[in-house]
Amino acid sequence: MFGTRLRKTRPHAGDDRCVADLVAALGVERVRSDGAARLLASTDASIFRGGAAGPVCFPDSTPQVQACVRIAAVHRRPVVARGAGSGLTGAAAPLGSAVVVSTTRMNRVLEVDVENRTAWVGPGVINLDLTHHLGPHGLHFAPDPSSQQVCTIGGNVANNSGGPHCLAYGVTSAHILAMEVVLSDGEVVMLGGLDAEPAGYDLRGAFIGSEGMFGIATRIAVRLTPDPPAVRTLLLSFADVDSAAATVGAIIAAGLVPAAVEMMDRRCVEAVEDFVHAGYPRDAEAVLLIDVDGMAGGVEAQATKVDEIARGLGGRVRVAADEEERQLLWKGRKSAFGAIARIKPDYYLHDTVVPRGKLVEVLRAIHEIVDRHGLLVLNVFHAGDGNLHPIIAYDSRQPGMSEKVREAGREIIEVSLAAGGVLSGEHGIGVEKRDFMPLMFSDDDLDQQARLRGAFDGLCMMNPGKVLPSPHSCSDITELTEAKGDLWG
Amino acid sequence: MGLIRSPESDPILVDFASEIGSVGPVVVRGGGTHWDLGGGSDPAAREVRPPEGIVGIRAEEMTVEARAGTLVSELHEALRPFGQRTSLPESPGSTVGGTLAVGWSGIARLGRGQTRDSVLQVHYVSAEGRLITAGGPTVKNVSGFDMCRLLVGSLGTLGCMADMILRTRPIPEVEVWHRVVDVDPAEVLRRCRTSASILWDGRSTWVLSAGYRADVDSDLRALSELGSLRPDHPPDLPPIRWSRRPSDLFDMSRADAAVGRFVAEIGVGVVHTENPVEPSPPSPGTVALQRRIKDALDPTGRFNPGRRVGGI
Repeated sequence: MFGTRLRKTRPHAGDDRCVADLVAALGVERVRSDGAARLLASTDASIFRGGAAGPVCFPDSTPQVQACVRIAAVHRRPVVARGAGSGLTGAAAPLGSAVVVSTTRMNRVLEVDVENRTAWVGPGVINLDLTHHLGPHGLHFAPDPSSQQVCTIGGNVANNSGGPHCLAYGVTSAHILAMEVVLSDGEVVMLGGLDAEPAGYDLRGAFIGSEGMFGIATRIAVRLTPDPPAVRTLLLSFADVDSAAATVGAIIAAGLVPAAVEMMDRRCVEAVEDFVHAGYPRDAEAVLLIDVDGMAGGVEAQATKVDEIARGLGGRVRVAADEEERQLLWKGRKSAFGAIARIKPDYYLHDTVVPRGKLVEVLRAIHEIVDRHGLLVLNVFHAGDGNLHPIIAYDSRQPGMSEKVREAGREIIEVSLAAGGVLSGEHGIGVEKRDFMPLMFSDDDLDQQARLRGAFDGLCMMNPGKVLPSPHSCSDITELTEAKGDLWG
Repeated sequence: MGLIRSPESDPILVDFASEIGSVGPVVVRGGGTHWDLGGGSDPAAREVRPPEGIVGIRAEEMTVEARAGTLVSELHEALRPFGQRTSLPESPGSTVGGTLAVGWSGIARLGRGQTRDSVLQVHYVSAEGRLITAGGPTVKNVSGFDMCRLLVGSLGTLGCMADMILRTRPIPEVEVWHRVVDVDPAEVLRRCRTSASILWDGRSTWVLSAGYRADVDSDLRALSELGSLRPDHPPDLPPIRWSRRPSDLFDMSRADAAVGRFVAEIGVGVVHTENPVEPSPPSPGTVALQRRIKDALDPTGRFNPGRRVGGI
């Protein structure tokens, strides 16, 4: 069974000495080498299962992270940093019996500087906790992935995470000023800075989105965004998907940049209604959930324009009357994945981006692909920036089903790229899409990315086997036999 | 086999790549508006002109593709009928590629965002003379490592930029400059959300208000309660530009007289002065890492020799 296979349950040869060294450096309470800890750290939120994790370390300071990395190097073991494990591409699933460095103890908001609108945080701080912490100051951290109740800021940095409100505010890279990073040789460097335009190459920008392969961030300076004084939420419903997609295009063409434009198709609406009763219209083929925010005048002007565009394209418009209704409408969106889990035991959540103008065409193609394979697809996605999230719900216990889902996934990638899109909008590459990278990049392109990786980690010991397909990935430090597999086994 | 458009499909880019070639020191000269930055170029380096021209305006995607030698002013002129522009600052003669190579944002960064965040895809020529694609054409993309951010501000020392896709932004309904005297610029920052730029010279504050009419009017009423307000143009900027933390700017009026006249970008941290100030040195570990990146991407040091980026 793809979902449960563990390729390697035996500890790595020499594991005892490695564990002993880690315990000596960190203390016995910060190192776990039991089977349960290894099993928990062997996977992320995707269906991928890596090799068994090596010992799992829980450092609470930069020097302790340095110690983990140095000891791993002595024992010729790779290192995999781990936040909440909520990633969806297998990027945090260790290959080759890696020493896992969990950031969960480094979970303090270290300093909030209201005047400069910045905060220093540990990498293990949970995204939503940070925003709650900042509430009294009227500030928040703008990236809001759907997993924000569990995902960490360190993980957001590793994945350059997005979220519904990145349409107007930008993804994680636009909200990180500086990072203290432990490199694979144990050295500590400060990337970026708190001043307006730090000198030198933008190492900060290069590090963000490197999926744990460039080093481990141990302190992160985030940019804080003032809370908007006004926000209005509109729920638009349409008799067909084409009209909903056309509305998205017309909104952008009218020069509006709503804070969020989310789309859900009928199947998804039904699943959500059965689950949380958010009050979405069950008779609609597609709904758009839109936030406009800012000052009162702009909010009014944008809401009026969105209303006009939607009605002109045959849509029905409901405006949340108060905060309670607003929260309920958003609860529907944020519960979508939970709702889908009630339909089938397994689901495969995809993530590609296409030009906004190609949404209708690509959605049609996705339906065609999925129908041809006899599968069930639900769509809930960031329509405003063309970031598709088709969700294929299935039962992996049925023979041949996983293979069909896998094949459909590959075809979805191909139609997205052929439409002028990209492999991933916010989940990243990890193991899931590593072997698809040549569809988007030439050998020369990948060689440049491999050189950048080599400059950060010449030892190839930070999270090896991810992002870059062979032969662009180096695997000299460890037995990466497992890395030859892909997401599916 | 790639499924997306290859840079090789544009013969102008192919010509540019062959002109860059794979041997010998070379420097790409855009508008030359900041030619002495980073210590100036080695005269031994062969000068190459970047390819020019707007490749495509995709207004409904809010993106635009232009070759590196396109003037920023020309790009913005072409985008204006669509009610859009980019975050890139305009100065007379400056090119899109040159602006990215320098990496500076404009004085309206507060409202228009940073130059570095506007870059979606770059086609550049590698030290081996190959055409490389960094990033992707869509407004959101996390496929592979972020080479685009690395190229912005690299002063042409890592690759020769040929063509780029930039994110555009809507031009606000209203944009208007005012000058206010004897106000605390920090108070302007706190109270006026429509401020796309707040410039302060120690006495006067210039504010670019940008947004919807009703919001700008509301902010201007708030501003007039703070001090006397009149329409104005932004001030001339002194020639030296340096970078500080935003809160450091408020100490400028007490600062060493050696800096001379200054104009500070409030809420951003950039300050323009008459006289240079010693910048703080980067940390040694970072210098070594930057050196490794330079050596990895340009092993023979042929790109823009003599020019120093940051501490290397």
